[in-house]
Amino acid sequence: MIGADPLRNVLYVNLTNKSFRIADRSDLFGKYMGGAGVAIQLLTEECPKGADPLGPDNPIVFAVGPLNGLYPLASKTVAMFKSPHTGNLGESHAGGRSAVSIRMAGYGAIVINGVSERPCYISVTGNMVYFRDASTLWGMGKSETVGKVIRANEPSSGLRTIMRIGIAGERLIPYSCVTTETYRHFGRLGLGAVFGSKKLKAVVVSGKRSLPVIDQRQYEKHYELIFNKATESPVMKKYHEIGTPVNVTPLNVSGALPTRNLLSAHFEQADLISGETIAQQCLGKRLACAHCPVACIHIAALREPYEDEPYFYKTSMIGYDYELLYSCGSLLGGSDVPGILELLDGIEAYGLDCMSAGVVLAWATEAFINGLISEKETDGLRLAWGDYKVYLKAVANIVEQPNDFYRALAKGVDYASSAYGGQEYALAFGGNEMPGYHTGPAAHIGYLAGARHSHLDSGAYSIDKKIMVNKAMTPEMVATEIIAEERWRQILTSLVICFFARELYSTDVVIEALRLSGFDLDEPALKKLGEDIHTEKFRFKVREGFSFDALRIPKRIFQTPSGAGMIDEQFVRTAMECVKKEIMSKVEATQ
Amino acid sequence: MRLEVIDADKCVGCQCCMFACTRIHRDAGLAKSCISVKSAGGMQHGFLLTVCRACEDPPCARACPEDALVLRKGGGVLLKEERCAGCGACVKACILGAVFWDEDNNKPLICRHCGFCAEHCPYNVIGMDKKRTASGEKI
Repeated sequence: MIGADPLRNVLYVNLTNKSFRIADRSDLFGKYMGGAGVAIQLLTEECPKGADPLGPDNPIVFAVGPLNGLYPLASKTVAMFKSPHTGNLGESHAGGRSAVSIRMAGYGAIVINGVSERPCYISVTGNMVYFRDASTLWGMGKSETVGKVIRANEPSSGLRTIMRIGIAGERLIPYSCVTTETYRHFGRLGLGAVFGSKKLKAVVVSGKRSLPVIDQRQYEKHYELIFNKATESPVMKKYHEIGTPVNVTPLNVSGALPTRNLLSAHFEQADLISGETIAQQCLGKRLACAHCPVACIHIAALREPYEDEPYFYKTSMIGYDYELLYSCGSLLGGSDVPGILELLDGIEAYGLDCMSAGVVLAWATEAFINGLISEKETDGLRLAWGDYKVYLKAVANIVEQPNDFYRALAKGVDYASSAYGGQEYALAFGGNEMPGYHTGPAAHIGYLAGARHSHLDSGAYSIDKKIMVNKAMTPEMVATEIIAEERWRQILTSLVICFFARELYSTDVVIEALRLSGFDLDEPALKKLGEDIHTEKFRFKVREGFSFDALRIPKRIFQTPSGAGMIDEQFVRTAMECVKKEIMSKVEATQ
Repeated sequence: MRLEVIDADKCVGCQCCMFACTRIHRDAGLAKSCISVKSAGGMQHGFLLTVCRACEDPPCARACPEDALVLRKGGGVLLKEERCAGCGACVKACILGAVFWDEDNNKPLICRHCGFCAEHCPYNVIGMDKKRTASGEKI
């Protein structure tokens, strides 16, 4: 790391006594670079063993890396915390303006501890932290409005991010999210509830500064190389034009699009919710994260009439992505685009994770159809595939919680199914609701094996393509590939680069970018570091009670044909044994 | 020749122009940028672009008590750093807010209309007008 690089600064904020301090942590940044690598160290330091995820001892860690603010597509912030949803490692990434703003404010990481006496938000700017009263914002309906009020009240200049929660976070729903810049989210594993437990409505960070590089000319040259690759690459073009929903059609064609709670992996009406269809019908705007020329964020413009008054319309701008069209579209058996968009808008307004919320609704629908639950539990709602008017009411009930059933749904599918049955089709892995890929065994092994039980841990769905071609791939080979990929991704998330750019940021490109930021690491050193960070995460998980043996595999994944045919349970279990052996040998070696 | 906003509605808010401006100032980060892209009250409402319009009769130059801002051929001004006392009158004079400030040197940051930002705009939101001045006259 370069001596003058402000990356080394960690801002520690204590909400209990409204204090803050800035510490030089070049010890951590010098060794782990930033992002995930530093965040897991800070989490391990700050979070006492066995801490209540919704108690004062659970820290919130935001970390950025050396490439943020310097290179295009280095646009992500890593959040770490103990997850109230799984009771274990919580890790979630978001873009928007968050990463560049934290870097421009002069920090490599922000750690938030304690509990505020009353609702508050904090504003981080110019070496200061301001503790603002947010009593009037608590309970406010839309996170968009919260953003507007804060924007109007914060005179801070420079690049700014406003990370905030909705009512779901205030009510401690363990799959509530933190929203940044209206359309990006620390979506998974319940950071919103951790904010809520601290009475923290929002975190505003702003700044504007210079960053040091080793050799300005070489930096400019390397920048142009990455920028040109990003703007000319066909992969990036794909995400730019249709966005992530471009995946709806190919996944459906290959029989990998989870449909009606994975009763099927082929959605006969997928054409109606494809990225191309939605773009034609209602794409209203495309947006980008700070410092990303790709602009993959797709916003639909939904024009709706008011039913009670003629010639009164509102136009809502609603973000949509592949994962949302899966969880709130095909998984709910719905092809009514305005209905899907209204549901997404509703979930967004409450500040829930759209993926978990969709999976919860899908489980509830199947349980209702099967008679495990009745209108007594649903408070009179007749849940049915594709009925979005009912789904909107159900989401409101998850937040309002009028009875035990909705209180159970508000805890996720693992909990709800343990109370009401239907575990075999409760689609969650390691306590986290399933992502939208039923591509084959590798995808599911990836969810089970990943440190955050996310498809992004290792992107293992792409390994399923290889399995389809090479039937001779053994469980051992799949396990090895998944672990290798997850370890390499620890490097990318320590820099912190958007995964969409992972092909642009090849090992050589990463090594040169790091060299210009004062990190001299060759390929073996990087690979070792990736392995170490991965092991550190599992060390934390094991410390907090994680066990590979306790992972529940929903039976449904073995009953519905996937993109690679029927999934053999034994294949998955053998691969998981290999994963366990490899990871635990490293965890035990470092203890 | 001057920098112009071709279509602000196409702006995706990537801010690559701001980073480009910083690099042409031989720096990294955002401190030296003389172009700004900000959300217009939430990203769904689009973006406000602050770009020097290369005025023919620039208020910033008229406001400078030290004559440090001299007229540039084709519109706008050039900064004579050695004359600038760092009073900031030019910043106040520009109602667009297109005179930025260099906190390290305590002097204004003035757009040179070099076009490097436009080269880094992937969506042609900004571009170089080679024929027109701010008042619309052909030159």
